Amino acid sequence: MNLFYQEVPLAWYLLLSAVLFSLGVLGFLIKRNLITVFMSIELMLNAVNLSFVTFAHQWHAVKGQIFVFFVMMVAAAEAAVGLAIIIAVFRARATLAVDRIDLMKL
Amino acid sequence: MNGTFNIWLIPLLPFAGFMLNGILGSRMPKWLVTTVALLAPLAAFGVVVNAARSVFGIGVSTSSLPYIETCPMGWINIGALHIDFSFVLDQLSLVMLLVITGVGFLIHIYSVGYMSHEEGYARYFAFLNLFLFFMTVLVLAGNVLLMFVGWEGVGLASYLLIGFYFQKDSAANAGKKAFIVNRIGDFGFLIGIFLLLANFGTLTFSEIAAKLTASPAWQGGVLTTIALCLLFGATGKSAQLPLYIWLPDAMEGPTPVSALIHAATMVTAGVYMIARTHVLFDHSPFALGVVAIVGAATALFAATIALVQNDIKRVLAYSTISQLGYMFLGCGVAAYSAAIFHLVTHAFFKALLFLAAGSIIHAIGGEQDLRKMGGLRKHLPVTFWTMTAAVLAIAGFFPFAGFFSKDAILYAAYLRGPGGIALWFVGLVTALLTSFYMFRLWYMTFFGESRSPEIHPHESPWSMLGPLVILALLSIGGGWIGIERFAAYLWPSVGERVADSTIPHLELNLSIAAVVVALIGWFIADRLYREKPAHAAQMAEALPGAYKLLANKYYVDEIYGATVVKPLLGFSKYALGWVVDVGLLGGFAWLLGGIALFSGAILQRWQSGNLRSYAAWLAAGAAAVLLFVLVPWTTVWPDSMQLILKVTGR
Repeated sequence: MNLFYQEVPLAWYLLLSAVLFSLGVLGFLIKRNLITVFMSIELMLNAVNLSFVTFAHQWHAVKGQIFVFFVMMVAAAEAAVGLAIIIAVFRARATLAVDRIDLMKL
Repeated sequence: MNGTFNIWLIPLLPFAGFMLNGILGSRMPKWLVTTVALLAPLAAFGVVVNAARSVFGIGVSTSSLPYIETCPMGWINIGALHIDFSFVLDQLSLVMLLVITGVGFLIHIYSVGYMSHEEGYARYFAFLNLFLFFMTVLVLAGNVLLMFVGWEGVGLASYLLIGFYFQKDSAANAGKKAFIVNRIGDFGFLIGIFLLLANFGTLTFSEIAAKLTASPAWQGGVLTTIALCLLFGATGKSAQLPLYIWLPDAMEGPTPVSALIHAATMVTAGVYMIARTHVLFDHSPFALGVVAIVGAATALFAATIALVQNDIKRVLAYSTISQLGYMFLGCGVAAYSAAIFHLVTHAFFKALLFLAAGSIIHAIGGEQDLRKMGGLRKHLPVTFWTMTAAVLAIAGFFPFAGFFSKDAILYAAYLRGPGGIALWFVGLVTALLTSFYMFRLWYMTFFGESRSPEIHPHESPWSMLGPLVILALLSIGGGWIGIERFAAYLWPSVGERVADSTIPHLELNLSIAAVVVALIGWFIADRLYREKPAHAAQMAEALPGAYKLLANKYYVDEIYGATVVKPLLGFSKYALGWVVDVGLLGGFAWLLGGIALFSGAILQRWQSGNLRSYAAWLAAGAAAVLLFVLVPWTTVWPDSMQLILKVTGR
């Protein structure tokens, strides 16, 4: 084991992943801007991706990496639809504040 | 038994006619509807005649009766209860079938002329064929339950045809009245069926008869109850006291319907039913006495009402009730063959009377009021002569059909001791009244001056007059079979022997008495309505109370209305409608709705519409799940496992 190729412990990756996910949740809950909320979702997805990749590397199993591709693909589709919705909402309501988009409420 | 008669075809052919005309009739040309409607009863009549030829040994060798056709699959098999779907042809049902399909076919022909300009031509004939279907099922039925099917079915056909002009409120109401009153009677019939089943374990006529014959000592008691229940059913269908009230109103239907259903065939179903279950009545002298009293009372009661009615069809309706009373009287003195004999001759002359009345109504443009008729003899010669035959027949003049059958009943009543003589006397008075009101009708329609000169009557087409002529011949000659021959023929079915009197010439003397009272009735009608028509009005003024009582039909409808209908409607409206329907059921529905509304109002608060609050709940939920999964509960709280096991019940 040389100095340059020292194994980063598994727990660190997972810790980073958990911190990123919690930041995403936090952002989702407290930010008012719809785009920021959307970015928080992406952050959560990528936090999960990180843990997938970590475990795939750890157990030398390729399944985890395949899952990451799936998640990225879904995230891309979601980004397309989500951004379209956001644009439509902005056109209709002239605002992106989450609190004010409550038309479904009676 | 040689060969089969295929009696299952007898009901099936009219049913096929009903299906064809009922489903496709409105899309078929009129001639095709007519052909189908006429062929069905004609073919059924052909099957009956074929069977009759064999039975009477005309042209072919004689067959023995009863002849039974049973559906091989059975019908009702529940536990110990086995009821066959079987048709029985015996002497009694053969006579009935000849009358039903024969007279029925004639009335179908008549209807072609009578209904030719009416709306719903195909519907009319579909219902008429339906009626024949159910009536033949009723008559052919080998057990009480199948008879009940036909019994209910003819009630349905009757309802449909009374309400044929359903745009008219009075017709629709009359149909409902007939149906509901019949339902009341059917209730008694049903109870009778249940009692039969409970006490005999079978509903087949022949098996019931065999069980009763095997135990001649079995009298009264439950048999009386069963017989009275059946009698109650019969009073509904056959328009006897106290359930006769629907029949006069049933005249709202087309006149041929009145002739076929409400005079010749359906209303005689009660008489047929009593004759068919006569073994029960023979074992219960009390029930038999009730039958006789109901019959005699109805005969007199209805005849008195008929005296003052001014609607030609209502006079005939009350006359039908009265004549049915005679038949019940005959049954009640155990002279079943005489009752059936009267049923047959009555079918001839009463159908004729109704059809002739229809011809008159048709001729003068729908008018039914006797007071607006008069002087029609010259305009309607065929109708006049055929109706004269019918009037003479119903009044009981020798040698017309009614004479023989009515005399047979009165003679049989006379032989039943002192009570029988009282019944005979009531019958004799009824005969006087019958003769009077029939000749009153006869004089008011055909004699004197026309009371509506603006009407120009025209004789009916031959499709209507043909049946009149045939029925007139039957009304004249139908009685010549004679009761002795008829009773001897019917003996295997109804099993009664008319005991002959020891008094010499009694039957002859009674006959002479009957003809004399009929002559008196004619004479009075002649004085009142031909010589001095004003006399009748004077008499009505001299006895205002009696006249009003009769003209209002003893206020029976009003009494029933006040004592039964109104309380029942009130009970339905307030007790059932408001308390049960609105209060109980409605309250329960409101309660359910209220719970939903209330809980919705609370749970609604969750649905804030705020995206972040939803997300917060989601995150909280996920955190809770994580907490549950990750925390080592068994070490933190050692008893938790026991709690979980207890709650899940493992």
